[in-house]
Amino acid sequence: MSFDPQALGRLGLTEEQVELMDVAENFCRDQTSIAAVRDMIVDKSGLDRAAHKELGQMGWFGIAIPEAYGGVGLSLAEAVPVAEQIGRRLMMVPFIPATVAAQAILTGGTPSQKETYLPQIVEHGCASVALLEPDGSFDLTAIEASAILGADGYKLSGTKTLVENLDSAKILVLSAKIKGAVRLFVMDTRLIAETAMRPEILIDETKRAYTLTLDNITLPESALMDESKAAAALQRIDLAANLLASAEQLGAAQACIDYTVDYLKTRKQFGKLIGSYQALKHTIVDAYVGYEKARSLLYAAAHSFEEQGKGEIATRMAAVGAGRALSFAADRSIQFHGGFGFTYDCDAQLYRRRAIFHDSLFGNTRWHKKKLAALLFN
Amino acid sequence: MISVEDFAQDAEKWFAEHTPRDPGFMLPLTFMEVGTDQQFEFLRNWQRQVYEAGFLGAAWPSEYGGGGLTDAHQSAATKVMRAHNVPIMMNTIGLSWAGPLILDIGSEAHKKKYIKGILSADDIWCQGFSEPENGSDLGNAQLSAVRDGDDYILNGSKIWTTHGHYGKYMILLARTNPDAPNKYAGLSFILTPMNVPGVRTQKIRKLTGEHGFTQTFFEDARVPADGLMGAEGMGWKIAMQTLEYERGARGGQAGGYSITEPDPLEILNLARESGQIDDPVVQDDLIDFIIEAQSLNLNGQRAKIGALVRDNPAGLPLMDKLAKTEFAREINQYALTLQGTRSAYYVDEPNAVDGGWWHRSYLNAFSATIGGGTSQIQRNIIGEHVLGLPKSY
Repeated sequence: MSFDPQALGRLGLTEEQVELMDVAENFCRDQTSIAAVRDMIVDKSGLDRAAHKELGQMGWFGIAIPEAYGGVGLSLAEAVPVAEQIGRRLMMVPFIPATVAAQAILTGGTPSQKETYLPQIVEHGCASVALLEPDGSFDLTAIEASAILGADGYKLSGTKTLVENLDSAKILVLSAKIKGAVRLFVMDTRLIAETAMRPEILIDETKRAYTLTLDNITLPESALMDESKAAAALQRIDLAANLLASAEQLGAAQACIDYTVDYLKTRKQFGKLIGSYQALKHTIVDAYVGYEKARSLLYAAAHSFEEQGKGEIATRMAAVGAGRALSFAADRSIQFHGGFGFTYDCDAQLYRRRAIFHDSLFGNTRWHKKKLAALLFN
Repeated sequence: MISVEDFAQDAEKWFAEHTPRDPGFMLPLTFMEVGTDQQFEFLRNWQRQVYEAGFLGAAWPSEYGGGGLTDAHQSAATKVMRAHNVPIMMNTIGLSWAGPLILDIGSEAHKKKYIKGILSADDIWCQGFSEPENGSDLGNAQLSAVRDGDDYILNGSKIWTTHGHYGKYMILLARTNPDAPNKYAGLSFILTPMNVPGVRTQKIRKLTGEHGFTQTFFEDARVPADGLMGAEGMGWKIAMQTLEYERGARGGQAGGYSITEPDPLEILNLARESGQIDDPVVQDDLIDFIIEAQSLNLNGQRAKIGALVRDNPAGLPLMDKLAKTEFAREINQYALTLQGTRSAYYVDEPNAVDGGWWHRSYLNAFSATIGGGTSQIQRNIIGEHVLGLPKSY
């Protein structure tokens, strides 16, 4: 039998994680507010420029990038508490796309690509990934986009969707097939014409993403990443994105539960605080228990992330836990706010929409469970 | 003093040699499931052997019968016991509740009188907290204790007394002052002998068809007043203190374990043996159980890492009982669905899967989701003490 609790990782915490947890908690709380986030919903770029700049200055985009490329030289485990606090405040900064793009380049880039792009990401956090396509599949290898080598380089064709914060990204990692094999490219976004980008209308209004038409883009040969490492880089992207998205979702789940509990403690009906009614109390406790269990899975995934095999199992378990925790907490939050919950002004919808968005990007619960079945039972 | 490492090695050697295998009848998984005299005698002998070998009560003071070593020694021995999956230590109320309390706040005479018998299982202890009319609302206990000279005269009834008909002593929550300003202030905590006139036990038949608990009746039962712990009126506080020993929130327990926790591996084996491990529908369910088991396991680890629990320090400890007991109930219930037509059978039926073990475990699992504060009470506790929600009553 493949299931061995010991093999699934133990929980541990580094000093750097604790330090970043402290700093990130204070920074994110002081830097933004739900009111500010709501104001920014109507902003086209949807980028909290001030926060984004500070993140760069504090080196957070380089947490998991080696010092040789200007990074802090820690690991993704240390990026987890940061993503958690960013998610808790629904802070509108592309921390995950930038970190994931950097991981892709680190794993699958050529030496010169690493030297060129990684220091830029550390400084500006200005990178994203273009991997998903209109058919809605989570499978990063089941793509249509292609690249054909001609006299001036790789001529691209196809369409990418859900390219986060493409308007502010300077560097883009994208996937396309060369002679049927999935390959990764890293490119300068100045090669993308304004007309090739269409802003998408997302369920989560605190996120920004674009549909990108590749048809008129030609990349220099130097944009091709190391072909022998394409599969490894795709796997790295998948797991890094899921680890950080789980952190972001659990930060949001914590905020959502706090928000709901506050309401249950202040709203009165039939002469009593509604939090004294067990129909509501027990359900919010279930949401809270779900959140705490998922948080244990998250920090175990962070701890064992770099371990072959274990890391993937732990990360997918964390993704299942986090997705369920936020979805349930936010779904019940809408319900428990009653009539107010049905309005745009109630924050419950922000959290519910966030959960749906995350469930749409790098796999939902069913997808991860399917992957886990293959890992655990075969 | 022997080093912890050497002590652990001695334990390893002893348990490898002495752990009993298959007594020929089904052994209880928890101390609450001891249903037959055969099981009782077997487990009592087993506890005595472990104690005499030095691996139970190792950290309790030697002048009262303990091993005179440290908590680290006992933890090492308990770990070895778990690794060998040895039968449970059955005198749980003594080992985990009464014993630690007596060592903490009992008199010298109490310690001399009670501690050794707890460890050797010569003196079986039981607990008298719940009453037929006051289950979840423990603080409303009504059994009356009236002081008369050097005695208390007891009248009333206690229920869910584990090992009641084997019990020599009881830790009793009784009302010494019916006129106290609030219900809690009228309670006292009394170490009570069971073999006195006026104390009668009546076996309760559980939903499994087995026995394991009694109701205990007190009719003008006269017990020595020197069994009073602390002072009159402190009963509620002391009862809560014993709950903390029991949960392991305070040190002081004798060691060993009284409840075997469900191993999700078992259900995987059941799925495999019944040829269903490759069924994607079954796999879908099994993965949920694996994730749940893993998160509970990790909760235990995370509870010890201060930085990872600082937002709600009481959260993980207070949800532990709820999460684990509900999980045990769920997983045992699910196991029945893997048995096809054979899930129609029960214990002692030759066609039953694993001798009906899963059915019995499922039904017995309710003892943990109901006893010690129901899951619904647990949710109230978490809601009120962790999330700060208003009281429900």
